[in-house]
Amino acid sequence: MSAGEKYVAAAYGVFLVFVLVWAAIIATKLSRLERETGELARLARARTAGEQGDG
Amino acid sequence: MTAYLGDVAALARKDLRLELRARDTLPAMALFVVATLVVFHFALPGGASEDAAYGLLWVALVFTALLGLGRAWAPESEAGALDGLVLATSDRSAIWLGKALATLAFLVAAEVVALPAFALFFAPLDGPALLGVLLASVGICAVGSLVSAMAAAARGREVLLPLLFLPLAIPLVVGGVGSSISPEPGAYLAFLGLYDAVFAILSWAAFEYVVTE
Amino acid sequence: MSITRPSLSALAALAVALAAASVLLTFFIAPEDADQGLSQKIFYVHVPIALTAYACFGLGAWKALRLLLTRGERYDLESYTGIHQGTIFGALTLVTGSIWAKASWGVWWTWSSNQLVLFLVLFLFYCAYFMLRFSIEPGPQRERISAVYALFGVALIPVSFFAIRLASDFIHPTVFTREGPQMTGSMFAAFCASWAAITLLAYVMYRTELAGKRTDVNLRELREALAR
Repeated sequence: MSAGEKYVAAAYGVFLVFVLVWAAIIATKLSRLERETGELARLARARTAGEQGDG
Repeated sequence: MTAYLGDVAALARKDLRLELRARDTLPAMALFVVATLVVFHFALPGGASEDAAYGLLWVALVFTALLGLGRAWAPESEAGALDGLVLATSDRSAIWLGKALATLAFLVAAEVVALPAFALFFAPLDGPALLGVLLASVGICAVGSLVSAMAAAARGREVLLPLLFLPLAIPLVVGGVGSSISPEPGAYLAFLGLYDAVFAILSWAAFEYVVTE
Repeated sequence: MSITRPSLSALAALAVALAAASVLLTFFIAPEDADQGLSQKIFYVHVPIALTAYACFGLGAWKALRLLLTRGERYDLESYTGIHQGTIFGALTLVTGSIWAKASWGVWWTWSSNQLVLFLVLFLFYCAYFMLRFSIEPGPQRERISAVYALFGVALIPVSFFAIRLASDFIHPTVFTREGPQMTGSMFAAFCASWAAITLLAYVMYRTELAGKRTDVNLRELREALAR
C-alpha cells in the first residue's frame, strides 16, 4: 500500500471504529436496560401476586 | 427604564463598596498581574521578538481577569444573598449588568497597574493597543460575569470557571494581540467591538435563565 | 418523538444504502485528484463529518432555545443528545482532519488550517459543556444553564471563525493551501452521497441515544413507583 492509500484507509478506518465503539456502548446500555426492566417486571409480578393473595 | 438603571447602579455600587471595605480582590489582582509579568520575563528566551511580549500581556490579562471573576459572585454566594437579589430586582438582567460593571471597574483598576508595568518591563503601548485592552475588558467582564454565575451554581466552581471562560476568551485574545501588533489595528478593534456587542446582548438576555431556580 | 416515528429502521436502512453508494462513488467512479492523488479521497469523509458536527451543535442549540422559551420537558434531553453527537463528530473531524493534514503536508497538526483550529476551540468549549452539566444537581436549573451554554456555543462558532481568520494574518503565514472544491460532476455526486449518508447516520445515532436516555428516565420513575 502506498502512503496515500494508508492515510485514506486510516481516515475511513477511524470513522468506522468510532461508530462501532458507539454501537458497543449503546449495546451495553441496552443490556443494562433489559436487566433493569426485568427486575422491575419481577417486582411488579410479585406485587400483583401478593395483592391477589390478599384479596 | 430609570428604575432598571437605578437597580444596576445600586448593585454596582454595592460591589464597589464591599471591595473598598474588604480590599481582598483588587490588591490580589494587581499583585498577581505584576508577578505574572515578571515570570514572563524569565520565561521569554533572550532573542524573543517584541510581538511575543504583547502576546504574554494578553495571557496575563486573561488570567488576572479569571482571578477576579472567580471572586465575582463570592459576596452573594457566601451570604446566600443571590436568591434575595433575584426576588428583589425588577429584572434579573440588572443583576448581571451591575456585576459586569463592577467587575469591569476592578479589571480596569488592575490594568492601571499592569499596563505601565508592562510598558516599563517589555514594550510600549500605543493608542490602538490601549483601546484594544479596554474593548476586550468589556467583553471579558460581560461573558465572565455570566459564566461565573453558571460556575457558582456548580460543584468545583474554581476549577470549572477557567474551563468555561477560556474558549470564550480566545477571540478576545486574538483581537487584543492584533490591535497591539498589527500595522492595521482597525479590523481587530472592530472585531472586538463585534464580540462585545454579541456577547453582551446574549449574556444580558440569558442571565435570568442561569440564576433562577 | 419516539424511536419509531419516522421509522428509525427505515432511516437506518437508507443510511446503509447511501453509505454503500458513497463508497462506490468515492473509490470506483470519482476520478483521482490531479494534485493531491489518492489522499484527496479523505475529503469525502472529513468534510461531511465536519458539516454534521455543525448541524448537531445547531440542533442542540435549537432544542436549547425551545427549552428556554417553552419550558417543555423533552427539550433538555434532546439538546443534550444533540450536543453529545456534535462533540463526537467534532472529535472525529479533528482526527480525520489531522490524518488528512499528515497525508497532504506531512504534519499531524498545523495552525494554518482554519477549520482544524476552529474545531479545536469548539471541542474545548463543548467538552466544558459536559463538565458544567455534570457539576450541577439535576433539575430545572441545570437544564436552563446547559441550554444557555449551548446557545453561547453557536454564537461562538462564527465569532471564533472570524477570530481565527484574523489571527492567521499575524500568527502564522499561510504556508499550506489546498485547492477549493473544483469538483467534477462525479466527484460532486460522491460528496453529496457521502454527506447524505453521514448526516443520516448521525441522525439515527441521535434518535437511538435519545431513546436510550428517555428509557433510563422512565425506568427510574417506574422503579420509584414500584418501590412504594
